[in-house]
Amino acid sequence: MLDTKFTPQTWPEHPEQVTQEGKNKYVGIWIFICSDIVLFASLFATYISLRNRGPAGMEFTSQELFELPLAFVMTMFLLTSSLTSVIAMYHLKNYNFKGVQLWTLATVLLGLGFLALEIYEFYHYVHIGFGYTQSAFSSAFFTLVGTHGLHVIIGLVWMLCLVFRNAKRGLNLYNAPKYFVASIYWHFIDVVWVFIFTVVYLMGVLG
Amino acid sequence: MSHDTEIQGRSQAEYEFGRRKSAEKMRKQVINFAIMIFLTFIAFATVVADFAPTFIKPIILLLAGIQVVLQLYSFMHMDEKEAPYIGVISTFVWVGAIIAFTFFLAFNTIIWW
Repeated sequence: MLDTKFTPQTWPEHPEQVTQEGKNKYVGIWIFICSDIVLFASLFATYISLRNRGPAGMEFTSQELFELPLAFVMTMFLLTSSLTSVIAMYHLKNYNFKGVQLWTLATVLLGLGFLALEIYEFYHYVHIGFGYTQSAFSSAFFTLVGTHGLHVIIGLVWMLCLVFRNAKRGLNLYNAPKYFVASIYWHFIDVVWVFIFTVVYLMGVLG
Repeated sequence: MSHDTEIQGRSQAEYEFGRRKSAEKMRKQVINFAIMIFLTFIAFATVVADFAPTFIKPIILLLAGIQVVLQLYSFMHMDEKEAPYIGVISTFVWVGAIIAFTFFLAFNTIIWW
């Protein structure tokens, strides 16, 4: 069954949901995402209550720290990578393996761009004295945004592994759910970022 | 085995219909993407434009909410009613949202400075 060679004509309409394995993966990734929602909720709540706090005299304020142009470019990178991931899933449905690989790689590249900017941003903050242990504010900020960055790294490694492991295999019912689940996870990373750029950066600049 | 399933070949008409349907869905998703970019742009623009914070804050939170709903229901396929366990998935997501809200409430009312 797993080795069955398909043509676009025989390829099922929902390749990720045909097998029991695929169905289990589908609901499994969502249960994981919901536990992740709870994780990020606690980090967000911590950040909001500790923002601009610190040992007396050592406070940084979010108004002077954050720069909107950088946050805007990072947002564009991540939003666009969400679209490329959707395009990859479109090709998955049409049994176009090259399209899936190409657009998954495009997603990885955009994710790498985002990650590079985030590393630059963290480096800059540490450089001006806003290190992890500097204040309650800095710990809460780095934990929240750093956890999101860690999710991005995991997503990138995940998608790269998929692309390379399946390079010679072609599409089948064994790996179609894998691509699909990775795409769902990547969109979730984007969902978290929407809240980060709103709550951390935009509301931080507003004060 | 858990990978086994019945595969039925599709007729030419069914195949073409499927292709058209997924192309249409792709078009919708591109439109949703354009809306998301637009909302992001508005959110940043209102902050840069320097209106009163009490006025901007609810607006950018609302824009973020709309974006998240678009992501969940369009990009993450929560709108597909025939997907497996979609009821379980919706329940988990909304319970997750409720727990998230409880965190905000607890940390910002019970903890104070």
